[in-house]
Amino acid sequence: MIRLERINRSFMVGDETVHALRDIDLEMAAGDYLSIMGPSGSGKSTLLNILGLLDQPDSGRYFLQGTETTALNETEQAVARRDHIGFVFQSFHLIPRLTAAQNIELPLMLAGVEPAERTGRVAAVLEQLGLSDRARHRPDQLSGGQRQRVAIARATIMQPALLLADEPTGNLDKHSGDEVVQTLEQLNSRGITLVVVTHDPEIGGRASRRIRMVDGAIDPGHPMTGSG
Amino acid sequence: MRLDDAFGFGLRALTGARSRTWLMLLAMAIGVASVVVLTALGEGARHFVANEFSSLGSHLVIVIPGKVETTGDTPPLVGGTPRDLTLEDALALERSSAIQRIAPLVLGAAPVSYRQLERDITVMGSTADLMPIRNLELARGKFLPETDPTRESAVTVIGDKLKKELFGNRRAIGEWVRIHDRRFRVIGILKPLGESLGMDIGDIAVIPVASAQSLFNTEGLFRILVQAEGREAVSRARQAVIDIIRQRHDDEEDITVITQDALLSTFDDIFRSLTYTVAGIASISLAVAGILIMNVMLVAVSQRTAEIGLLKALGGRRGEILSLFLIEAGLLSVAGSTIGLMVAYGGVWIMGRIYPDFPLLIPLWSLGAALGISLATGLLFGILPARHAARLDPVVALAGR
Ligand SMILES: Nc1ncnc2c1ncn2[C@@H]1O[C@H](COP(=O)(O)OP(=O)(O)O)[C@@H](O)[C@H]1O
Ligand SMILES: [Mg+2]
Repeated sequence: MIRLERINRSFMVGDETVHALRDIDLEMAAGDYLSIMGPSGSGKSTLLNILGLLDQPDSGRYFLQGTETTALNETEQAVARRDHIGFVFQSFHLIPRLTAAQNIELPLMLAGVEPAERTGRVAAVLEQLGLSDRARHRPDQLSGGQRQRVAIARATIMQPALLLADEPTGNLDKHSGDEVVQTLEQLNSRGITLVVVTHDPEIGGRASRRIRMVDGAIDPGHPMTGSG
Repeated sequence: MRLDDAFGFGLRALTGARSRTWLMLLAMAIGVASVVVLTALGEGARHFVANEFSSLGSHLVIVIPGKVETTGDTPPLVGGTPRDLTLEDALALERSSAIQRIAPLVLGAAPVSYRQLERDITVMGSTADLMPIRNLELARGKFLPETDPTRESAVTVIGDKLKKELFGNRRAIGEWVRIHDRRFRVIGILKPLGESLGMDIGDIAVIPVASAQSLFNTEGLFRILVQAEGREAVSRARQAVIDIIRQRHDDEEDITVITQDALLSTFDDIFRSLTYTVAGIASISLAVAGILIMNVMLVAVSQRTAEIGLLKALGGRRGEILSLFLIEAGLLSVAGSTIGLMVAYGGVWIMGRIYPDFPLLIPLWSLGAALGISLATGLLFGILPARHAARLDPVVALAGR
């Protein structure tokens, strides 16, 4: 489902070039559960952004569901993000003036789905995540765990094939963090391909496939499990 | 993305940032209100002048002895030595089918006295038709009788101010006054009309035109007032006047014919350009409002960078983000102008209460112009921030940088 071939990405910081990703090769099948760990600055987020079509590699090729994404233009990439990819961020990124339901509704709205259909789908997702009684609450009226679950609901409302989570538990206490991870794993068990970037070895260890990044490259010494 | 959703999103963004929204609404409202109120004042002034002119009498054509060279809109210059305009000339005009009635005018200054009291006033020699032509009204008594204009008659109709000065509260009708060295019997008193284009109707004595001619020892008329059969007949009447007088004056066109319409349109032009000028100046405040909108929208974009990044991550296309912010700016303009229009109508209503005589009108074009300009400035100045938002790099934006 996903194939990365010799992906490179570097940034200019001042007059120094920082190699955030060096010759990354990665293959994933549909339904995989992958965790990415590694020290801060090792390129985990950059890799996730490229997987999510938020960022473009300087060189290399990225195939998503058989399409070479590096050949798509900006609009086509936006549509691909909308229809196939869900994001979960460390800082939730909920729009503060909108209610939980309105936040979840955003991707449907961008996709031009009829309001009547939207209401039903939002209600179903809220139900599934146990947030039905929080539908009309604004983010500042929700706990951290609830906020992240609203964000997950938003990321999955379009029923994407790929769910990307960048340190989803980074801003949460242990209990809420576990809840969020369980929610993500539940979605994975229903077939969604899940990639989680994390600092927490305990959370990272739950994934069926684990990679460790060091200085922009995948650490070959790290034990890997599952297909690859 | 559906259009109603885009509007809903913009509306929620605006209501979510109250003080920013109110600030911009205020700026827009002030701009629109000043354009509308100032044009209403300009239009009001124009109508005020038009009304003043129509109190002069309707469908009026004024005949002045002497050829006046009018070039364009410059003030007229008198040239050559004209032949007198005589009473016979005036009466000859009545032949024309385009002319309803005429009033010859002889004007002069003379002392008027009653017993020991004496006043220097304007004496106007004319005929019975002066009354309908100049829309004069009588407070008391009768106007000049409808007799042969060439016959002298020792009667006079006086202004109300003159009546007060000479007679006080006593009865004036039937009394004899002395004008210069002749005696005239007062037969009527004019109603005060106030100032009508510079001539104080209260301070005159009207006598038959033949009497005035002999009193001032002149054959020539000061002017002839001609009333056309109707508004459409004014230009025909004007031509008839020129033709008839030319025929009587050995084929020489030695008169000047002024139509009320021509005078009116000169003033009309002046006030119209004044209105446009004032409206133009007021539009500057609209431009200022536009720049304010641009600034505040730019601040909004930078405050909402993370939100824009999120919209992009969720699959929002560049065009959609652009239109979201443009719609926001457009909504602000429309709401601001609506408030501005309400303020303007309120202001005009209040001014109408304070000065009921001044005809304040909000012309339709100024509504259109104010709305159009405010929407245009809103969108124009909204484009820059919206483009800025649409072009943000999603990763950088999500980081809130
Ligand atoms: N937009 C950027 N501009 C400049 N440097 C960047 C940018 N994004 C990431 N980097 C650099 O790339 C490297 C990898 O960053 P990142 O992928 O965020 O690491 P991680 O998520 O593993 O902490 C770091 O050295 C970081 O400073
Ligand atoms: Mg990171």
